[in-house]
Amino acid sequence: MDVQEVIDSLPRYVQPLLVTVEVTLASAALALVVAFALGLMTSSKHLAVRTPARVFVEFIRGSSVVVQLFWFAFAMPVVLGIQFDYAIVAGIIALGLNYGAYCSEVVRGAIAAVPKGQLEASLAVNFTPFQRLRLVVLPQAWPEMIPSLCAFAIMLLKASALVSLISVTDLTAMAGLIGGRDGGVNQLPHYALILVVYFILAWLIWTGMRALERKAKRGLGVDAKQVKGRLTPAVAEKGLT
Amino acid sequence: MNEWNNETLVEVFPAIWQGFLVVLQVTLVAGLIAVVLGLSVAIGERIGPPWVKRVLSLVFQFIRNTPLLVQVLFVWTATSLYINPEWSAFAVGSAVLGVHYASYTSESYRAGIEAIPLGQWEAATALSLPTHRVWGAIVLPQMMRRSTAAVANWVIAMFKEVPTLFVIGVLEMIAQAQKYQGQHYDGAVEGYTIAGILFLAASYPVAVAARRLENRLAKSHF
Repeated sequence: MDVQEVIDSLPRYVQPLLVTVEVTLASAALALVVAFALGLMTSSKHLAVRTPARVFVEFIRGSSVVVQLFWFAFAMPVVLGIQFDYAIVAGIIALGLNYGAYCSEVVRGAIAAVPKGQLEASLAVNFTPFQRLRLVVLPQAWPEMIPSLCAFAIMLLKASALVSLISVTDLTAMAGLIGGRDGGVNQLPHYALILVVYFILAWLIWTGMRALERKAKRGLGVDAKQVKGRLTPAVAEKGLT
Repeated sequence: MNEWNNETLVEVFPAIWQGFLVVLQVTLVAGLIAVVLGLSVAIGERIGPPWVKRVLSLVFQFIRNTPLLVQVLFVWTATSLYINPEWSAFAVGSAVLGVHYASYTSESYRAGIEAIPLGQWEAATALSLPTHRVWGAIVLPQMMRRSTAAVANWVIAMFKEVPTLFVIGVLEMIAQAQKYQGQHYDGAVEGYTIAGILFLAASYPVAVAARRLENRLAKSHF
């Protein structure tokens, strides 16, 4: 193992780091949109709206993200005739849809947790359904979602490493590439390095989401619960997998 | 790119099925590790000496917040370069997957332990029960009701992450599809599709059962 060699190759990790961040942010944005669309659809009272969303969510959650990634990258161009110019787009769509389906359950749960009286009150003051959603339901449901969404954001960051398998040069791919020189005798420190980088990124997401949660709860006049500074997915406790 | 072909679909199926059996074997081994190690870690974080608690918490936080794929590559490189190149990809892959998921299940167990009312602990102390009785007769039976469904959910999630192990050469479904493609220049598309459907067919009934179990346990207690 040669530490100097790793330090010398640090600049080559800048571009892949940006790719990892880009994949994570883009698929997180897509996942958020998908989650809200599906979450609102699955909490609709009309069967015709609820059923297709339900089927889609179960379909995505039922199979594997790795298989979906390969399917979007290699099988979809043949089966559906849709071809992306870059593998990274297929990766972002696969991750975004997968995590969107998981997060839609978070959205649905938070909406269901808004007290009934709030909905009755909004009916009493003659709000339209859209006003009710925008002014009453979402402002109260949103802070409840943040801890779970934070956990899924970290899961998404970790899953972004999978795009290296469909030939996108992210951190993982670059570590394999640089470390693989000279028959891979120097491979280990490179993997160790990116493990630490991923951990730091996860910590940044966690810290950012904590701040967001505090801010959102302050808007409602609720104190955010103090956590003992441990990076724990809230999904682990609720079993939201 | 090759066209979709129903004959290829039939031809590639046995290979993918072989891969599916490997996935089930990995799930069994890694699931056992996740369930047992997760529980040990949760208990260790509760009753161990302070330095054990700190080390366990630090190590498992690190494992929980870094990608499985990189961990698999890291450990596989370490074992094949420095420890023992004879170790099979199946064994190393299952072990890494099991330990990774133990980092999740330990949190589910921890939540179950923390949900036990303080009075139960105090009663155990008042009766001056020995530690193994406190855990065996009081804590574990109560926490299992809370944690079982969550842990089952993690094992299902783990089952769906087994394909990651193909990077180190575990012959699961993706690897089988690629192998077939390498030999016949065809069949990858059909292979990936079958893999997705097999996952769905296997995991959906289990997920529904786990959800039902969760509801029943939630109703029967607390």
